[in-house]
Amino acid sequence: MGSLYESLSAAIRAEEPVALAEVVEGPEDLLGTKLLVRPGGDPAVMGSLGDPGLDRVVTRDTLGELAVGLTATRHYGLHGEARARDVGVFIESFAPPPVMIIFGAVDFTAALAKVAKVLGYRVTVCDARPVFATKARFPMADEVVVSWPDKYLAEVGPSLGPRDAVCVLTHDPKFDVPAVVAALATEVGYLGAMGSRRTHDERVARLRGAGVDDAGLDRLMAPIGLDLGARTPEETAVAICGEIIALRSGRDAPSLRDRDGPIHLDGPGESGTDGPSGTDGAAVPAGG
Amino acid sequence: MKEILSDIDRWRAEGKQVAVARVVGVEGSGPRLPGAAMAVSDAGEVAGSVSGGCVEGAVVAEALDVIAGHRPRMATFGFSDDEAFSVGLTCGGTVRVFIEPLDW
Repeated sequence: MGSLYESLSAAIRAEEPVALAEVVEGPEDLLGTKLLVRPGGDPAVMGSLGDPGLDRVVTRDTLGELAVGLTATRHYGLHGEARARDVGVFIESFAPPPVMIIFGAVDFTAALAKVAKVLGYRVTVCDARPVFATKARFPMADEVVVSWPDKYLAEVGPSLGPRDAVCVLTHDPKFDVPAVVAALATEVGYLGAMGSRRTHDERVARLRGAGVDDAGLDRLMAPIGLDLGARTPEETAVAICGEIIALRSGRDAPSLRDRDGPIHLDGPGESGTDGPSGTDGAAVPAGG
Repeated sequence: MKEILSDIDRWRAEGKQVAVARVVGVEGSGPRLPGAAMAVSDAGEVAGSVSGGCVEGAVVAEALDVIAGHRPRMATFGFSDDEAFSVGLTCGGTVRVFIEPLDW
């Protein structure tokens, strides 16, 4: 067993979930004390904040923050009491990167995979045609899978969550209808499908025929992407990724110049905003 | 943090001492979210960032001080009641940066 830092950096590099809880406010002798929490690790908890009660409560809260990928400062009493502010503990989650699954091994796929990598996604390209779905054509993808979309999603779908994205770029009904239907059965946060308005109208009819209801169609972003006037695969990739960000933040994505109000979504005050659980500061998705 | 690990490992392999600065709180407008990290070696090398470039210079000076003193500290940049630093964020927000020696 190495040092705390070695365990932390090894877990981050291996993209295993890990969180670091550290006293950043409070008595001088506690500053910098740390707990490293790795749900899959042996040991699962390393280090100490100097008090067994505090360690226990912070470990519990850290596991909770890590499960949802949040990073925030929480306050406690010296022995872990709630509603006290003796120590401020900065809990930083290093959640595994979000996943983007791209169905369809086309030129747009290569560009989207590139932009998604820049944004920190773990990218899988999936296409049923072995001639097109090759690592040589998509070297930037973390994984290239030859499979039917519904079959692949039956395998990995249960692990998809709100931070993840499914992009259906096949615009071929025999691929994209099963892909969309299977993706709607997951908890994926973003689901988009490429195609002209005409293609999309036909697809909507087929999806309805496959039993997709209004709520399902409402989740589907199609035609995919923001209205940027994108033409090239690369520009389209930016329009898609822009839409993913806008959907996550609940914004309708006009230009900043044409809006008022704060630029950043997350900007709650750091002091005096403790809820019953003691969370304050900006709670943000972990970037890893 | 991930993006600064290789630089940290290289500096440590070279026998250098390292300090790590992390954003632990942001009030108002701030360019980087909590968790944004920067590492500084005792030779003055820098990896990563904690703002849009506004306070990095001051953080380097603080980090070198932390390496020399072997004690962690909080630095607050921007307008704040308890600490008023001369270095501010042009965006008008306040960012709290925890700086510590990497000796753990």
